[in-house]
Amino acid sequence: MSTATATSTATFASALNTAMSDAMEADESVVVFGEDVGTLGGVFRITDGLTKRFGTNRCFDTPLAESGIAGTAVGMAINGMRPVIEMQFDAFAYPALEQVFSHIAKMANRTRGRVRLPMVIRIPYGGGVGGVEHHCDSSEAYYAHTAGLKVFTPATVADAYLMLREAIDTEDPVVFFEPKKLYWSKADDDLSTLREAYESGTESSRLVGAQGQAVVVREGTDVSIISYGPSVSTAVKAAEAAAEDGISAEVLDMRSVVPFDEVALVRTVEKTGRAVVVAEAQGFVSVASEITARIQERCFHSLASPVLRVTGFDIPYPAPKLEEHHLPDVNRILDALDELQWED
Amino acid sequence: MDDPVTTSDPSHAKAEQGSRIFEASRSFGITPEQYMLPAQQQIQMLDPEGALVPSDEQGTGPGHEYPIPEAEVLLKAYAALVAGRRINDQNYALVRQGRLAVYPSSHGQEACQVGAALCLEPGDWMFPTYRDTVSVISRGVDPLDVMVSFRGDWHCGYDPKEHRVGSMSTPLTTQLLHAVGVAHAAKLRGEDTVVLAMCGDGATSEGDFHEALNFAAVFEVPVVFFVQNNGYAISVPLSSQSVAPSLAHKAIGYGMAGEQVDGNDMVAVLATLRRAVHLARENSMPLLVEAVTYRMQAHTNADDETRYRDREEVEQWKRKDPLVRMQRYLTSEGILNDDAAAEITEAAEKVASSLRQAMTADPAENPLEIFDHVYAEPTAQLLAQRAQLDDELQRTATSEGTQR
Repeated sequence: MSTATATSTATFASALNTAMSDAMEADESVVVFGEDVGTLGGVFRITDGLTKRFGTNRCFDTPLAESGIAGTAVGMAINGMRPVIEMQFDAFAYPALEQVFSHIAKMANRTRGRVRLPMVIRIPYGGGVGGVEHHCDSSEAYYAHTAGLKVFTPATVADAYLMLREAIDTEDPVVFFEPKKLYWSKADDDLSTLREAYESGTESSRLVGAQGQAVVVREGTDVSIISYGPSVSTAVKAAEAAAEDGISAEVLDMRSVVPFDEVALVRTVEKTGRAVVVAEAQGFVSVASEITARIQERCFHSLASPVLRVTGFDIPYPAPKLEEHHLPDVNRILDALDELQWED
Repeated sequence: MDDPVTTSDPSHAKAEQGSRIFEASRSFGITPEQYMLPAQQQIQMLDPEGALVPSDEQGTGPGHEYPIPEAEVLLKAYAALVAGRRINDQNYALVRQGRLAVYPSSHGQEACQVGAALCLEPGDWMFPTYRDTVSVISRGVDPLDVMVSFRGDWHCGYDPKEHRVGSMSTPLTTQLLHAVGVAHAAKLRGEDTVVLAMCGDGATSEGDFHEALNFAAVFEVPVVFFVQNNGYAISVPLSSQSVAPSLAHKAIGYGMAGEQVDGNDMVAVLATLRRAVHLARENSMPLLVEAVTYRMQAHTNADDETRYRDREEVEQWKRKDPLVRMQRYLTSEGILNDDAAAEITEAAEKVASSLRQAMTADPAENPLEIFDHVYAEPTAQLLAQRAQLDDELQRTATSEGTQR
């Protein structure tokens, strides 16, 4: 993987890698650190080549301790840096939670806005890669529940590049969830075109902003399938399959959980009158629950049917051989569409 | 063929030859182990009566040498000690009167509190705990600002960046890692900022204590970890926290030097900390200083100390009071005279009086501000909630107005 040059076919991983190297090039206060991110380039190779290009002062390995990584990043951010830290896997981020919840989320508030922590916590998350226990959690709800954190999760190659650039430039701490099953996905995006758009400040290159910008990735009229991160591509496939049955499904990618784009959510549900929320995480007390609650509060009079959720089961993430039964797939989404009330 | 026994094995190489600890110990003519382990006894310069301990009995030796600070600095330390004691006791009283929500007093630990502030340069940083109010004030932060959070407000009161003092908060040892990060950022920019990272004896059991010391040692950053061992973590004595020979002994496990000092001896605390800060800056490496002291009052006003320690133990420590020892020493040396002592007392009274006045006044806070700093720009949801509270406040004001 080359860090400097972009090709017309990019992967999700190369988009993230290029976003970091472009950000480091643009701003010398951007530093990248974590476990195995230096010489190895990360266990998923997302930081590949950064140490070689920028030196060990800018991208470096730390001792194996997640609270240490997060806490050190707090201090570096206090002292003028923009740290981008990598948590090796979703469930390995838990030792850092005290730093995340008690300081990273609260520092700006506690200091009346005098100390902001412009840092990014990158977390490869979700399943679909045959990972063992502790390697496939969808932990976004824990972070989204904590005031003071922003939670981004891109679903496409172009979004991966632009949203990571935006996360690094954001004054608030951002937890950046990378759907690991998408790392090797490809798209015909020219990263240098994206770089140009982002660095020239083109409005359309800012995908989150202060209030979030959910995006309609497929237009439809009968039902809205609302999703984010790893589930968006599944939702799109389900919408395509539903079209064959004569159902016109619109798919909304939330892009960020915090900030939460309620405007786009209300717009699509008022348009279609039906909603199915799809997410990999366990459904109980989840982001999917929050989306569902907001639809009920804001769109009650537009609804022709109860809102349904298609999520992971309320179990610890299952073993690799069983994950296919756990993850929301096209068939389960189609079943939910069938279950909606279609008669007046 | 390579002999497998002599082939260098970088993956298992002992961090010794060429390391900063190795270089430092060699400059003192001692082994790295002799340098990293604390001296045979606590560093002490004033005995409990306030008399100067003969230099060969102070516990010092090669690599463990602590020059006595100049008279001017000692006098400044004494003034801060007197003010610190007055602040502790004033705040304790204000809690009893219901004017402060809570106050973790450092009565008895003032030598540590003052030493922590006076050992640093203006460009250095300090990361205090919630019991380190006197340190923060001694560093130059306005006492009224420091007391804001203890009054029950939602923010820390002072600007951490202006004073280079981390925000006081209640999680234990999390701030030690912030100290490492601040030092690391400074080092990457080529600045020689030293960071003093403070915690108590109980906090050394926390995982972040370990992570912070290890990161600091591996990154070779100038952080002085300053442990105030006051004997208790609320009710649990040190013997239930650690069975290490001393907390200072923990340093060698991380490849850094540790020292133990009499925490009620203002001269020794200041001498040890100043030397540690100097070494940290010169060699860009961390050090650990444990000060053995005693929390004379309960953990906070909500705590009942009689449930876990007896009066006699407290009385014993009263006889080692840092203030009395320092006063006797400075007077006998001719550094402190009656006029200076009176001035120092008067200044301390002024601080106490301003605290009384400020804490009696009702704070003029705007409740709506609780939404303003959560994010750099409030989210739509927070703006809606702000409008809701604003409406509630206005309706309350209107109905109160109608009732009158």
